[in-house]
Order: sequence, then C-alpha cells, then structure tokens
Amino acid sequence: MDHWQNFSRRDFIKISSLFLAGSAAMSSSAGQAFSGLGQSGSDENSDRIVYSFCEHCFWRCGIAAHVRDGKVYKIVGSEHHPLSQGKLCPRGTGGIGLLYDPDRLQHPLIRETKGGKQYYRKASWDEATGMVAEKLYGIHEKYGPGAIAMLHHGFGVSFFKQMFSQIGVNKFAKPSYDLCCGPARQASVLTYGYPSGTPEGFDIKNSKYMIFFGTHFGENMHNTAVQEISEGIRRGAKIAVFDPRFSTIAGKAEHWLPIKPGTDIAMMQGLMHVLISENLYDRSFVQHHTVGFGELWDSVRKMTPEKVAEITEIPADAIRTVAREFAFNAPAAFVHSGRRTNWYGDALQRIRAIHILNALVGNFKMPGGVVNFDKFVLKKPKTAHAHPPYEKSVYSRYPFFPDDEPSNTIASHEIVQQAISGEIKALMIYGVNLPETMTLGRETAIEALRKVDFMVAVDVLPAEVTGYADVVLPECTYLERYDALDAGRNFRTPFVALRQPAVPPMYESKPGNQIAKMITDKWGMHGVFPASVEAGLDKTLKMTGSSLEEIKKTGVIVRPETDLYRKPGVALNLKTPSGKIELASSRLRAAGFDAVPRYTPQPEAPAGFYRMLTGRKPMLTFGRTANNRFLGDVATAKENEVWVNTETAAKHDLNNDEYVHLKNQAGVVSEFPVKVKVTQRIRPDAVFMVHGFGHTAAKMTWAYKRGASHNQLISRTDIDPAMGSVGFQNNFVTFIKEA
Amino acid sequence: MANKKNYGMVIDTRVCVGCSACVYACKSENAVPEGYCRDWVVQETKGNFPKLTMENRSERCQHCENAPCVTYCPTRASHYAEDGTVQINRSLCTGCKACLAACPYDARYIHPDGFADKCSLCHHRIEQGLKTACVSVCPTGSLHLVDFNDPDEEAQKLMAGRIVYRQKEHAGTGPSLFWISASNKPGA
Ligand code: SF4
Ligand code: SF4
Ligand code: SF4
Repeated sequence: MDHWQNFSRRDFIKISSLFLAGSAAMSSSAGQAFSGLGQSGSDENSDRIVYSFCEHCFWRCGIAAHVRDGKVYKIVGSEHHPLSQGKLCPRGTGGIGLLYDPDRLQHPLIRETKGGKQYYRKASWDEATGMVAEKLYGIHEKYGPGAIAMLHHGFGVSFFKQMFSQIGVNKFAKPSYDLCCGPARQASVLTYGYPSGTPEGFDIKNSKYMIFFGTHFGENMHNTAVQEISEGIRRGAKIAVFDPRFSTIAGKAEHWLPIKPGTDIAMMQGLMHVLISENLYDRSFVQHHTVGFGELWDSVRKMTPEKVAEITEIPADAIRTVAREFAFNAPAAFVHSGRRTNWYGDALQRIRAIHILNALVGNFKMPGGVVNFDKFVLKKPKTAHAHPPYEKSVYSRYPFFPDDEPSNTIASHEIVQQAISGEIKALMIYGVNLPETMTLGRETAIEALRKVDFMVAVDVLPAEVTGYADVVLPECTYLERYDALDAGRNFRTPFVALRQPAVPPMYESKPGNQIAKMITDKWGMHGVFPASVEAGLDKTLKMTGSSLEEIKKTGVIVRPETDLYRKPGVALNLKTPSGKIELASSRLRAAGFDAVPRYTPQPEAPAGFYRMLTGRKPMLTFGRTANNRFLGDVATAKENEVWVNTETAAKHDLNNDEYVHLKNQAGVVSEFPVKVKVTQRIRPDAVFMVHGFGHTAAKMTWAYKRGASHNQLISRTDIDPAMGSVGFQNNFVTFIKEA
Repeated sequence: MANKKNYGMVIDTRVCVGCSACVYACKSENAVPEGYCRDWVVQETKGNFPKLTMENRSERCQHCENAPCVTYCPTRASHYAEDGTVQINRSLCTGCKACLAACPYDARYIHPDGFADKCSLCHHRIEQGLKTACVSVCPTGSLHLVDFNDPDEEAQKLMAGRIVYRQKEHAGTGPSLFWISASNKPGA
C-alpha cells in the first residue's frame, strides 16, 4: 500500500506558536553578512534609498524603500518608474506592514503524526527541501510529470517554474486567470488577435468619454490607471458607469446607471443597436477593418432600447443618450473591459461585446481609444540546462484557454478537480491561499488539499492554505529579495524593472531563487540556476546594454514613448483568422459557440435573498494584505461590511452598523458576523461585500475573525465553457439577525 | 517682509477617490502612532437612489490664520510659524487638551507620549524644498501645496472659474485649505 495515503485524511493544523516563537526580534538577522543592498554606502546609520517594485498587486509599481538603521521605515513611489511616477496607492506604502508582520512564517515546518495527532515541527532548510525534493521526485517517478501541479500567484514564482521544468512538469495555474482577468485576455485574443495586458490597453488620459461596466477604479487602486483617469477628469472627460452599486467611479460620472446585475450583455446589445440603427457607428472603419457586421446587426436588430430597458431596468432614453455621447466623442472614447471580468458563465462573451462596441466607433489605435501598449523586449541568455520535453503545452480542456502562456497551462479549478479525482498527487502552492481563493468555493478547495498525497506551500504568512501542507517553506517578502527582471508590463514607455532587497531576509526565511535552487541541487541537477541570482541578472542586463550595477541606481530602464496610433489607409494585419477585428468570431463559431455575443438571462434570487456582489477596498488586495496591521489601522480598513439598500434593510428590520450573519441559497451560514451598511448606494435587489475578510487561521492574528468571508458563501459557480473562467455572482444571501 | 510664505493647500475633490494613500503616507512619514492619524478621508454621499452625488475629501489641520488652538493654548506650545502654518512646540505642551476642545475641525489628538499632535504641513519637508508626504503620494493629484502669498500658476488655474469653498468660514478661523467642489461639472 502506498504509504502516502496517510496524508489523505490530513487535518488542518493551526501552525503552532510553539514553533513560531523561536526567534523573537524583527532584527534577528541584522548582523548577517549580506551583499547587494541598494546603490550607496555601507554606513549602517545613514539613510539608503533602494529602488525596487511593489508586490502588493499585479500592477508592480516602482517603489523607493527608505532604509535607516537596517530597517525600512518608509516606502514611497519611485519617480523613475513609469507605472508609479512618484505616486503609490496605499498598499504600496503598506509594504512595511508585511515586512514587519509579527505573524510571519519564520522557519521551515514539517507535518508529523504522533499518537494519531498531527502537528508541525520546526525543520532545517536542508531537511525540509530534502523532503520536498524526495516526495516530488518519487511522485514523478511513480505517476509521471502530469501528477504534479503548481498553483501560483506572485512574481517570485519564476524560479519554481524553472525548477519544475527540470523534471518535465509544466502543469501550472494562475488562479487570477480564471478568477479575474482571463475573460478579458481571451476576448482580446479572439477579437483583436492579441491578449490584453497590464495596464489594460486603453488610452485613458487622452480620452473624452469613458464607459465602465462595474469596474471599480478608485476602489481598484491600479495606480497608473487611476492617475490617468484623474488626468482625464481634469481635462473635462465625461464618464458613464453601469453598476448596480454607486461605486467611487460612479461618483465621478456624468451618468450612473444602476443596471440590474447580470444583464450587461443585453445593455451592450442595446448600445450596439442604437449605434447601428441611428447610423452613429464608424461605417468606413467597420467596412475596412472588421468582419461579421451583418451577423452582428442580425443579432442586435431586435434589441431596441425599449426592449433592453425592460431587461436591464435602465430607461430607454438613457441608453440612447450614452450611445450617442459615446459615438459623438469617438474615437477619443472607449468602453473599458475592466480587470476582474469573470462574473457569470458568459464572461468571455461579455468582454467580446465590449470590444465590439469599441470597434463599432472605430476607436482602435486612436488617441483616447483602444491601444496596444508595447513591452520591453528582453533578450535572455540561453539556458545551459535543457529540460526534458513536456507532455503537452496546454492541459486545460477549455477550447479557448491560452496556448501562449507557459505559466498558465490549466485552469486552477481543473487542478482542484484533478486533485480530487486523484489524477494530481502532488501540489506546490506558491502564494495562493486556496481555501479563501474563489476556485469552486471553500469546501471544494479544502477537499482537494486534503486529498493530494503531498502538498508543499511556499508562503510568507501562516495563511489558511499553509495549515494543509506537508511542508511549509517560508519565503522572505519582496522587500528582502531579488526576483526575475520585470519586462512584462505593457506601457506607453516600455521598461524593464529590477526587484532588489532593501534589507536582508528576516528570521530564517529565504528568497524563492534560493529555495528552488536547493531543491534542484537535491535532485542532483546542478547548474540549473546561475551561480548567484545577481550573476544571472547581470548577465541578462548586459545583453540589453546595461548591468546590474547600472539598473540598481534607479530600479528601471525606460525606453522612449512608442507610437500607439494607426495610420489612415494602412491595413491592421491582426493575428485573427481574418487579419481584421472579428465582430463575429470565426474561431468561436468553428468551436460551436456563438460567434457574436447573445444575452441569456441569469437566474433570479429566491424570495428574500439578494445577489451577492463583491469588490475591493482601495487599501487592501484580498489575501495579500489581510493581515497587514499598518494598512488595517484606518477605520475604513478594519473589516468588511455588507452594503444593503435602505429599502431592503427596512424589510429585514436591519439597522446601520448592526452585525448579522449571512446565509446563502444553499444554506451556508457565514462563520463570522458582518456589519451592515445601510445605504442608498446599491440597488435593492443586491448586496455588496468586499472579498478577503473573515479569516479562520488563528495565527493570522490581525485577520482572524475580522469581517465575514465572501468566499465561504460561494456555493454555486458558473464556468465559462469557452475559456474556463469561474463566475460566482449567481450566489444569493439573506440575513440572520443576532439573537 | 515681501517674500514671507503663507502655506496652505488647494484640494481638488473632483479627482480624489478616497483611497487614503495620503493617510498612510503621512503615518509612515511622520511616525504617527498606531490608532491615530493626522489626516483622514471623508466620503460624503447625498441624495436618494438613484440620484446620488459624492464628494471625497482628504482632511487635516486647516492651518488657520486665526487659530483657536493658538488662542486657547495656555503654554504657547501651539503657535504660528514663520511660513503661515500652525505648529506645536512639543517641549512646551503639557497635553492639557485645551486646543483639542478649541479646534472646530477636530484636527488634533493626544500622542501616547503626552503631547498634542496634528498635521504639521510636513514642516520638515517644506524646509528641504519638498512637497508634503501626502501631496507627493496622491495618485490622483488631488492635493496641492500652495504658498498663498505667491500662488503658482497651476493653483490659480485650478481655482479660476470653479466652485471653491472653505470649511466653517463662519467660525472666523481663516482656514488655509481651499476645496474645489466635486459638484463642478466636467470641463468646468
Ligand atoms: S497599484 Fe498599489 S499595490 Fe499595486 S503595485 Fe502599485 S503601489 Fe503596489
Ligand atoms: S491620496 Fe489622494 S485620492 Fe487618495 S484619498 Fe488622499 S487625496 Fe484622495
Ligand atoms: S501635510 Fe504632512 S503632516 Fe499634514 S497631513 Fe500631509 S503628510 Fe500629514
């Protein structure tokens, strides 16, 4: 019998303070010899400024960490980095709250069972990485590379991908694809022939008219986008927002249209109808640069503003006004595709509809419209080490899953399901707090974690997921390490950015680059990584005509601004089957899907229940910041609230600031109570709560029991059949008043 | 003196998103103790569904020309500085809270070390020719540090032709924070 099966009944272990109390002070490693601290002096007492980039969200802004007496005392925006331009969102400043989080993982931990009880014991790096190397290799030998998978979130993962390549493992999932931006990425591929990037391809600062569908800029503090929207407002740009909730950006809008949730596609079809029937669209552009107009018109012919008004509960006149203003301001006008786009099972089609609206007004590659920012082309040294061939380049069964992204070869929910079915036997989880990440809901995620034979978590904090691991490897924070170079952002001025340590790793934590190397060394594979991470960075930078020494001074190399706009009379030559913008997608049609978006109604709430919507607070990024005391130390950051319309609150006899439990349509009751915010700012048929609260891991001493978990209340998910994203807005809640 | 400074702020609420970056930047710049802040954000919504308006404001000490905290401070710890700001001399402050009671803007708190504290308009940064921490960080460019004895062109342009107000002017405090109202129409 396979002795690993012992692990299948694994219990959640609260990582015990017994083992965490080992090294007390924050400055425990201050005396350690350490190389490569920023550009200037060795004088311990003088201020140093270290240029690096933030890891509190995917935007990865440039930061300037100010260090005194071996401590980072403040983080400000780097004036050199194009995405921050000297500015930061609250989370960027809040890096110190992560670095000096007293709950940080301090030592490697190994799960033990004694007398039927499971517990963690402190282990040396040698022992812990030895165990990881042995188990992964064993499972690889016995079941093949397809039995191993990695879920990852965060920029430091590159070293682990490199590590896994050595044993032919490339089954990797970025939950952010299926839970957030995947639909936007693939809708762009199908419509324009290239994936959308970060920042998204909109010429915000030159736009005169911006339409947002439920994307919460201002609550989503995507630094450069917020900077450019503000610039637009100062220049007099108008904003229209379709959102069931009066969001911050709705508060800036000329028109707030509190649309019935789940009816966006109908609204977009109504806007198309007006554009076409009133002859407001860019006829010449559509003729020369798009395909499928006839089929599109057929599909929206009956979607008159009157009909759409009935579906969306937005007056027909308002629909006409927005469509006309949009066309009037075009091409310096756009409908933004948003960031988190996985709302329902038709997420891909919803974003396709957005791009069709954009194409109709001919804003493609025009000032103030849709643009395609460039990336910095980084030459990379040839890897000395060839790796065994991969079984496949994509493992997902969804036909429009990306086939050009080696770090994302399968949807995270497919990994969860394969772990439950037994196809996947070993998991590495890098920076993903799976039980609180929206992949098929909490219960399913936990089932998967319990089921696998071996699980290793690489993390900074004792998040819920670490309690299910066989081995926990404490990575140091982004302020204590080098990572790969960041050339992955798309922007007006292409750039490459350096992450470098501001201070040495605290406790016994280690950077990912060293952890991955220790594991490949244990496999007896030497030379997979350069002799030192610095040497590797230097080699790559020299191929670009710079050097590590050089880039350390400002943290970034910036290229001049590129030309974003198309020239009249020049064909677009897109990488779509037609070479043009596909209003009707031939690829979708060939695979048996609707070639043009079609509205299908979403289920209605059961009586007395309300659709549960979610979003963000500007100072928090879900799990990344949940335990951050520095960021939590402002009244509005301390907990999440459930927003309830005044009318709805009266019906349920709810008072402002009262605490209630929430119960969803499947009978799941929130573990912790949540504060009620009675407000005019939301439709009566929906409630809103910020994701990322209500943590159950007691060792996250700040986050524990703070607010209620949105994730816990997800019992139903709707997976997009074309590209595999997970929609979860068909969950409904009601209120249970405290006795 | 002709070149005497008179610092204050112009705050453009049309763009502020209430993110609180200014609050956190202040906390780390000025080592504001846990549980306190020198600036804070107010999000004010008016009207009834679906006819709503919103204004976001980053608030702080108003560096009044006629400051009640200075008037009522028994030890002269609270005083006017050369540059038109209101400052606190910590060594003179006894923590008696007379200023807390006098301030109509609720801008002050008692520091756990026993003295009154509030926004200094980042005195130490202005001296070095820098903008304040909150002005520097704000991603929306809502905050503007202005010398009202010699307002720069940007500040003048911002205020010209727009609805601009000051808070509690009737109290006679002569506040040095000027607010560009969120009710200004786009392009206005
Ligand atoms: S937007 Fe904020 S959290 Fe995201 S990278 Fe920039 S500073 Fe960090
Ligand atoms: S940082 Fe700027 S946008 Fe954010 S709350 Fe402060 S003033 Fe407003
Ligand atoms: S001016 Fe300085 S002290 Fe005053 S609120 Fe801004 S950052 Fe804080």
